[in-house]
Amino acid sequence: MDKKINVIINGVVFETKPGKTILDAARDAGINIPTLCFHKDLCVAGNCRVCVVEVVGQNRLAASCATPCNENIEVLTNTLKVRTARKHIIELLLSEHNADCTRCYKNGNCELQELAAEYKIMSEDLIPLAPYKNYTIDMFSPSIIKDDSRCIRCQRCVRTCAELQGVNALSVAYKGDKMKISTFFEKSMNDVVCTNCGQCVNHCPTGALIEKNYIEEVWEAIADPEKHVVVQTAPAVRVGLGEELGFAPGMRVTGKMVAALKNLGFDSVLDTDFTADLTIMEEGTELLTRLKKVLVDKDDNYKLPMCTSCSPGWVKYIEHMYPEMLENLSTCKSPQQMFGSLAKTYYAKARKLDPEKVVSVSIMPCTAKKFEADRPEMHDSGYRDVDLVLTTRELAIMIKQAGIDFMKLPDVKHDRLMGDSSGAGVIFGATGGVMEAALRTAYELVTGREVPFENLNIKSVRGIEGVKEATIKIEKPLDNWSFLDGVELKCAVAHGLVNAKKVMEAVKNNEADYHFIEIMACPGGCLGGGGQPIPTNPEIRERRAQAIYEEDAGLSVRKSHENPEVIKIYNDYLKEPLGERSHHLLHTNYTRRERY
Amino acid sequence: MAKEYNLKRADFIFRNENDWENILSRTLDKDSRELINELISSELKGRGGAGFPTGLKWKLTSEAEVAQKYVICNADEGEPGTFKDREILMKVPFKVLTAMAICGYITGATKGFIYLRGEYKFLQPDLQKVIDEFAYYCKEIGFDFSIEIFMGSGAYICGEETALMESMEGFRGEPRNKPPFPTNKGYMGMPTVINNVETLAHTYTIFKHGAKKFYDLGVQFSRGTKLFSVSGDTPKPGIYELELGMSLSDFVDEFGDGDTKAVQVGGASGFLVPRKRFGETSIGYKGKLTGISLPTGGSMMLFNSTRSMFNVLDNYLEFFREESCGQCTPCRVGCQQLHMGIKAVKQGQKPAVYLDKLLKLTETMQYTAKCGLGQSVANSFSSIVENFREEMIY
Ligand SMILES: Cc1cc2nc3c(=O)[nH]c(=O)nc-3n(C[C@H](O)[C@H](O)[C@H](O)COP(=O)(O)O)c2cc1C
Ligand code: SF4
Ligand code: SF4
Ligand code: SF4
Ligand code: SF4
Ligand code: FES
Repeated sequence: MDKKINVIINGVVFETKPGKTILDAARDAGINIPTLCFHKDLCVAGNCRVCVVEVVGQNRLAASCATPCNENIEVLTNTLKVRTARKHIIELLLSEHNADCTRCYKNGNCELQELAAEYKIMSEDLIPLAPYKNYTIDMFSPSIIKDDSRCIRCQRCVRTCAELQGVNALSVAYKGDKMKISTFFEKSMNDVVCTNCGQCVNHCPTGALIEKNYIEEVWEAIADPEKHVVVQTAPAVRVGLGEELGFAPGMRVTGKMVAALKNLGFDSVLDTDFTADLTIMEEGTELLTRLKKVLVDKDDNYKLPMCTSCSPGWVKYIEHMYPEMLENLSTCKSPQQMFGSLAKTYYAKARKLDPEKVVSVSIMPCTAKKFEADRPEMHDSGYRDVDLVLTTRELAIMIKQAGIDFMKLPDVKHDRLMGDSSGAGVIFGATGGVMEAALRTAYELVTGREVPFENLNIKSVRGIEGVKEATIKIEKPLDNWSFLDGVELKCAVAHGLVNAKKVMEAVKNNEADYHFIEIMACPGGCLGGGGQPIPTNPEIRERRAQAIYEEDAGLSVRKSHENPEVIKIYNDYLKEPLGERSHHLLHTNYTRRERY
Repeated sequence: MAKEYNLKRADFIFRNENDWENILSRTLDKDSRELINELISSELKGRGGAGFPTGLKWKLTSEAEVAQKYVICNADEGEPGTFKDREILMKVPFKVLTAMAICGYITGATKGFIYLRGEYKFLQPDLQKVIDEFAYYCKEIGFDFSIEIFMGSGAYICGEETALMESMEGFRGEPRNKPPFPTNKGYMGMPTVINNVETLAHTYTIFKHGAKKFYDLGVQFSRGTKLFSVSGDTPKPGIYELELGMSLSDFVDEFGDGDTKAVQVGGASGFLVPRKRFGETSIGYKGKLTGISLPTGGSMMLFNSTRSMFNVLDNYLEFFREESCGQCTPCRVGCQQLHMGIKAVKQGQKPAVYLDKLLKLTETMQYTAKCGLGQSVANSFSSIVENFREEMIY
């Protein structure tokens, strides 16, 4: 199917493939056409109409994002008719909009604002409609704010929630002038199936869906001399943050990030990668325990497959959609929450701090982490384990507010005690990473040998495919694990909740006999998280993933159980994985929820 | 100019000869390509919307090589001032069912749906009985075709063919992008013929009497007869079958109350024709001979001198503002702006020249709206504002 067709754009002939849209062909040819409802991650909607072009021979304009190229189609992208129409459309959108940009969180990174600037919409001819609408702002969710007055009804969020996440928390309600984006019975985002994943935030072109930000609260904590503010940085932040601060996608800025955080005034800059390694110790042990209980002891109280639990969007999803399968979920807390409970116990003790005075902040690629930190059960340290959660984007805002020239910062290392990381902890940020990290450790624990893959790279669980499978055969295990001899460990990896659904349906219907499943709520894993820089698209996520694997490859310690700080915490404090302290601080339980 | 056409009444649609079994089995014996050619040569155009040639529509669908195809009868009849499809389904439902079955035979579809307007729920029981009887006959002659009623739920936009299919598939009634057209990817992504109730009834006439009989009625580009729903300031409201091509002055002579100021042709999405244009306007599809097209189902609304054209437009715009599906910018926001705009001008909050800005805006709506609804708001808006500007201003 290498057939080529000719298209004529603004008088110049270009080659393109059949099935490509006018928009694709034009962009391939280096001609930009403005868009709003179009997004590379989503199916075509064709509703904003800002991408219209003239097709010679037709009176009506064509929406270029939704019109396939025919052989010899003749397109004009910049005629008076086209420009007038586009300008009208932008004017119309603005007339319905609370276009108060200076008071908008997206000021400076908004596709509508950009277009308005490009087309210089200065006139105030049209009647402002916003004052006639009862626009509401939903602020009840700890993660996401939905401000209908900034919505252009492009339905990108609706498509995101349906196509990428299969959650359908957002849908279109009413018609005509009342048409709006809504939830089940117009409840708050906090009271419906929404998983807080933030993908809709990442895909919204305007300020209608934004994260709830906690920037001021963090500044206040830092300014409080009584408080000792610790910060943890999630694996995926270091490969995203640069994008907000002038670097191209795929730049690793780990050292500069640490330097910036120190500059901002955090008392201690630690690493979520450390607790990612710890998660592997706990979760790997839990998996082996479950295998023994199920395969050897035939103990009904233990369930396989075991699913990972480090993605809070996924956790909330399974609580809503498959509450009957909650026993399949690992009891491990996410690395963020493990870190939180240790920060106010292990860390505070070692540093001789009053845990009450410790403020624990986390920098996450994720909006669901804000919800997770807010869960009532996350108080195992005796305090709220994680006090404040910022997204990658919020951190970038703080760095800019502080006047830091990020590019010129030196590379600085994380502080010690909970700041060391293995490559395994780093790859948590990419889909398949937890699986790969867990296999590196579990296999070695069981056999005494390294996983049988070149350079420890388990390629079959990497990459962008929605559902990936891997089988690893256990041969010649150590004596303790002899029951696993010859067992083929069957693993699955899914990212994006719509893929999670596929895997879970297969499990539910006994069509799959996996032992271990890794699920990340966001496309690409955390590196494509709902708190990562906007825009996002497959190419950007690909670059971030490359950066993550480079980071892993460059570290001398690549396996969680070899992280010296992990070894130390078991020696000094936790004693053993799944031990009593671990059980208390590092494991959790779940809540059955309704399906609306 | 000499008068060329007089008003010619006709009586095909509602003539009930009870011969459908005969027509069905007779037609099913013929070669399907022959039947398509017959239909094409009749030059029948769709009576529900854009006036697409019916024969070509069936031909395109018949050419698709897939296992499952569908026939849908569009009985959503939502255009204000249109009530003829209801009458057809009440009086001669067999004609419609027969036409659907023949369409199935020609195109290879084995499944038909009647998308019935929510407000016509009272028709459902009787229609179902007829469908059952029809199904029994089909079984008897060994013809594999079944028909089901699908109840709409009252949104005007669901009469638009692709929104209708979305709604049948259980989604929100929002028009799709075209292409692909339903003949390629329709209901459930399969090739689908969708026709208006009346269109189907006309094909019955054609299969019964032959294409020539139909073709000989009407004028060039506008062949055959058409049902008109006559309403407004008229002593004889009702449904009339007339040959296409008549001049509007003949029509007004027949149906007006002697004081007709203007006629809205084609419902809210059609055009308003002022008295001074009655003579030059003939009623049919766009073509050399006619000054005007019939964008929708043949609604003719007469207004006499007591009517305020501002109120008429206000009313239409309110309708569109509410009935737009709301997905695309030019239509959703455009309708609100037009509606609020004419009110602002009427109340003196905006100068009269604001109407010109709004006229430009309707052009953009016409060029850029995603479906026929938003595209045709310009019709009534510009024809009313341009002809009755003095009634619009403060
Ligand atoms: C807003 C809108 C409403 C429509 N409503 C109807 C309707 O109620 N009945 C109908 O037959 N066609 C309606 N149509 C036209 C259909 O989209 C379609 O063109 C028609 O059913 C095709 O049948 P025909 O070729 O037999 O006319 C509507 C179109 C639009 C844009
Ligand atoms: S959403 Fe965009 S255009 Fe609207 S107020 Fe915010 S920055 Fe401005
Ligand atoms: S909330 Fe954002 S993504 Fe959703 S429709 Fe509104 S502008 Fe588009
Ligand atoms: S946060 Fe995620 S689940 Fe919630 S509405 Fe947005 S996309 Fe859907
Ligand atoms: S033109 Fe109007 S009715 Fe049609 S798709 Fe657009 S908003 Fe919906
Ligand atoms: S980008 Fe094409 S219609 Fe919105």
